[in-house]
Amino acid sequence: MFPTPVQKAAPWVRHAYTIILPIALILWLLPLIGVAITSVRPSADLAAGNYFGIPSRFAGIDNYTAVFRDSPIGWYILNSFKVTIPTVIGAVGLACLSGFALAVYKFRANLLIFFLFVAGNFIPFQILMVPVRDMTLRAGLYDSISGLVLFHIAFQTGFCTLFMRNFITSLPFALIESARVEGVSEWRIFRYIVLPLMRPAIAALSVLVFTFIWNDYFWATVLVQGQHAMPVTAGLYSLNGQWIAAWHLVSAGSIVAAMPPVLMFFLMQKHFIAGLTLGATKG
Amino acid sequence: MPALSSTHINILSKVAAMSSTVSATSGFWKRNQQRLAPWLFLAPGMIMFSIYVIIPIFQSIWISFYDWDGLGPKTWIGLGNYAELLDDEAFYTSLKNNILWLVLYLLAVPAGLAVALFLNQTVAGIRLYKSLFFFPFVISQVVVGLIFTWFYAPDFGLLSALIKTLTGENVAILADERYVTLGIIAAGLWPQIAYCMILYLTGLNNINPEQVEAARMDGARGWSLLWNIILPQLGPATFIAIVVTVIGALRSFDLVSIMTDGGPYGSSRVLSFYMYEQALSEYGYRMGYGAAIAVVLFMIMMVFITLFIVRMLMRERHA
Repeated sequence: MFPTPVQKAAPWVRHAYTIILPIALILWLLPLIGVAITSVRPSADLAAGNYFGIPSRFAGIDNYTAVFRDSPIGWYILNSFKVTIPTVIGAVGLACLSGFALAVYKFRANLLIFFLFVAGNFIPFQILMVPVRDMTLRAGLYDSISGLVLFHIAFQTGFCTLFMRNFITSLPFALIESARVEGVSEWRIFRYIVLPLMRPAIAALSVLVFTFIWNDYFWATVLVQGQHAMPVTAGLYSLNGQWIAAWHLVSAGSIVAAMPPVLMFFLMQKHFIAGLTLGATKG
Repeated sequence: MPALSSTHINILSKVAAMSSTVSATSGFWKRNQQRLAPWLFLAPGMIMFSIYVIIPIFQSIWISFYDWDGLGPKTWIGLGNYAELLDDEAFYTSLKNNILWLVLYLLAVPAGLAVALFLNQTVAGIRLYKSLFFFPFVISQVVVGLIFTWFYAPDFGLLSALIKTLTGENVAILADERYVTLGIIAAGLWPQIAYCMILYLTGLNNINPEQVEAARMDGARGWSLLWNIILPQLGPATFIAIVVTVIGALRSFDLVSIMTDGGPYGSSRVLSFYMYEQALSEYGYRMGYGAAIAVVLFMIMMVFITLFIVRMLMRERHA
């Protein structure tokens, strides 16, 4: 254990720790707390200069209803789900296959292909922007959900393959060898032996990719123009332009847009952190 | 390599029983199955990845030698775009800001370690504290950008109000060329510190307690214990933290776009944003020039990517 557990420290240190902990948390989340309070502040407070005090009354219901009623944010959120869910299924599915191939078979190009996936995952988006936008336009998929989904699946396959390959490498290889001796076909080895063991990796990766895609802003602005296919990140930005100085609405909208990944994180916390820290302990 | 558990054996016997009922497939497939299978498994992922990632990299490099508005015919101008970059004031501003981002963003690594050390205790409710400290990372950068825009806003922003009470001065961080990039980087550090913190918390979890105890017996305390015993064991966590932070710094686009749109007077541009602005903005579509900026950014990134890959390759050979 490092640092020394506070239980072993002098009593004053122990007390100080329990006091400092919540104060540090409040300071750390101060910007967020500010926004949360603003989102339940009546607009009259903002007009009267009451920016930091206690809200004169709880206007949360008014503000959040106004956001959903007067703006297409509900639609944007639906779009985000329509982009995110197929991407998660597609990218994780493809990565199960390619990760299996790279982890189980020894062939000459193995490492080369693996590092191609790894490197592709780190490149700046801008180097892809012009050709991908052009290709999407020519395929008639510009400004559509499917255009966005196809790109995201392809790009996320890089990271997901890296993840899956490392996970399958940590499984006992003797399992596959004994199955081969028994005459089990390669597809069945994948489908009935390895895939069931991959469940924790699939869960971790799904939560992670969900968050990445939900929070994507760049591709949403490059590949989508109109409201009908716009995800909530780009939608929130355009609403921000309309709600000038209506900070109570901007705040409420921000909180709504942040909710799905936040809920996902708290529900699937164990998987999320397992996914994120893969490789931080060994590697 | 881990040994087989009873669950493994169980699965194995079931699948084997299932397979023996299947009739023999054709001879060619039987003989070459092991050689062909990896390519069949790889095909869908590789095709998608090639179409959308690998090939576009080369297309971008190709386009950077042309003058092109994205619709009409392309005109070959050779290194014309790159020559223009050399005389472009905005390009240098972006490059300078990118370096600033890279250097300051790396503060997230020691800061994340500090927060992780602070939280690495076992007191009641610490799990919830750790999750709440991690919170900023889960939120989209668009929301982080909006939160900090509000936080910095003159007159009614929380930070501006604080600065005013402390110094009596009114500072509009995002409208001031001196502070704007620093303000955006600070917003970016918020989620990045959370990310590094979680990497270090996991790393700390896996520290060998006996070694720490032994070092304590030898009288190692505080800094020397951290530096000589703890940090070497946190090597993998530090490596990943540096990788994701460097990539994050060079990829910074969202916050610049949300918080300032490159302003005031283009002083907060970074290469990724400037590229987007040139290729797709209201000033006209300059795809070739944009592609040239992207190639420069790509080359910078490639330096780091190569370093990461070399390190990974060495570990891979080792294993």
